Formats: sequence, structure tokens, C-alpha cells
Amino acid sequence: MSIKVLIPTPLRPYAGKQSVLSVTANTVGEALSDLVNQYPDLRKHLFAEDGKLRSFVNVYLNDEDIRYLSKDATPVKETDTITIVPSVAGGR
Amino acid sequence: MALKIPTDVYDQLRQHGEATYPHECCGVLVGEFVGSGDKAVKAAVPCGNTRTDSLVNRYHISPSELVRIQREAMMSGLDIVGFYHSHPDHPARWSATDLAEAHWTGCSYVITSVERGSAVLTNSFLLLDQDEAKHFEDEPLEVIQ
Repeated sequence: MSIKVLIPTPLRPYAGKQSVLSVTANTVGEALSDLVNQYPDLRKHLFAEDGKLRSFVNVYLNDEDIRYLSKDATPVKETDTITIVPSVAGGR
Repeated sequence: MALKIPTDVYDQLRQHGEATYPHECCGVLVGEFVGSGDKAVKAAVPCGNTRTDSLVNRYHISPSELVRIQREAMMSGLDIVGFYHSHPDHPARWSATDLAEAHWTGCSYVITSVERGSAVLTNSFLLLDQDEAKHFEDEPLEVIQ
């Protein structure tokens, strides 16, 4: 099925300058795979060399962090939205 | 390239730093990317600082807040264009921690120094490049009447 992925501003140059993309998937893992297959330049910005999500990349299914769901195996449905947000932190 | 902030939003983010003193405040700048690399801020969205272990010198915005703010901004035709935080009793310059933990390339990172509870300087820094090449550049901050 086709679901929406919201792309944050820093990743749009690698995603055809688009803010919303459609992917075909039954799970979050399939959705991210389809995303990087469509836009290969995104891969190194999302995944580390070991294939895991980079530590500062957060992936949400609707309002839930996929780390607290079933991670890549989390099932998705047509009305779902995946949101990618890099972390925001720092300090003096 | 400049970050353009309306006066009321500028005052709001500085007052946030005073209100949370001696702790760091943090929030998100929502607006538009406009021509020639400028960004026009429309609103500052205050966030909670989740670094409760070290509030005086660290900040972290919950990703769930970012997800909500990004979604609401996009529904209004706007984007996340930057972030702000305060440096209590410390200069309004980016730190090594600020750079190490910055990942929104092309966005502005606004820092306000707050000395003894009063906001002093507010500066903006533009995050460029990634990984080893990642760096901040000073960015003109224009307060719009």
C-alpha cells in the first residue's frame, strides 16, 4: 500500500527537493527501503554503514517513535504517516 | 543570507531564556525559506528541555515535539527553519556540543546569552555541510518591525 513520508528540511536536497513522498510498503522497514531505493542519495543520511538508522535520526509512525513499537517490523496502513526528524540538542 | 525575525518573536525567544534561567531554554523557529538563502521566521515555538540531568548547560528537544511542530508547520505551508536556545551566564556563541549535536543542515541555530537572568546578546549561526565537514557560519540576524 502507499503511505506518506514527511521529509525534514535538511534531507530534502537528497529527496528531489520534496517535503512529502509516497512509498509502497507493509512495514516501516519496507517504507524506508522503498524511500532510499527511490532516492539513493538519502541512504547515507539515514543509515550508518552497518545498515542501522543513524543515532540522531528519529523515525515516527504517526505520533509514535518506531523504537518503542516494533522498529522496522512495525506494520503500516494506508492512512499512516511516517515522519523523519533529526535530533535537536546542544548546550554551552 | 539572513535570518529575519519579527520583533515580537525575537522578544519572545529572549524572554524564554530569562524565564528558564539559570537553565537553558529551547524551541523551534517556524517560517519560510525565501529567496537568496534568507529565512523569514513567522513564529517561535517554545519546547521543554528534556535534559533534566544537566539543565544548566545542555538542552534537548523531544523528537515527538519536533514531529508535531513539523506537521503543524507543513499544514500551514511553513517549515522548520531553525532552533533557538539560551546560554545561561555564557557567551552567545556556539559550543563544541552545539556543533556535535546539530543535524539540521541549512537551518539556523539562534543562541541568546542570559547573564544573571537578563538576556544580553542574541546571535544566529547557519549550519552547513555534514559529518566531518559540518560547521557553523555566522548568520546576519535581522529584527523586523
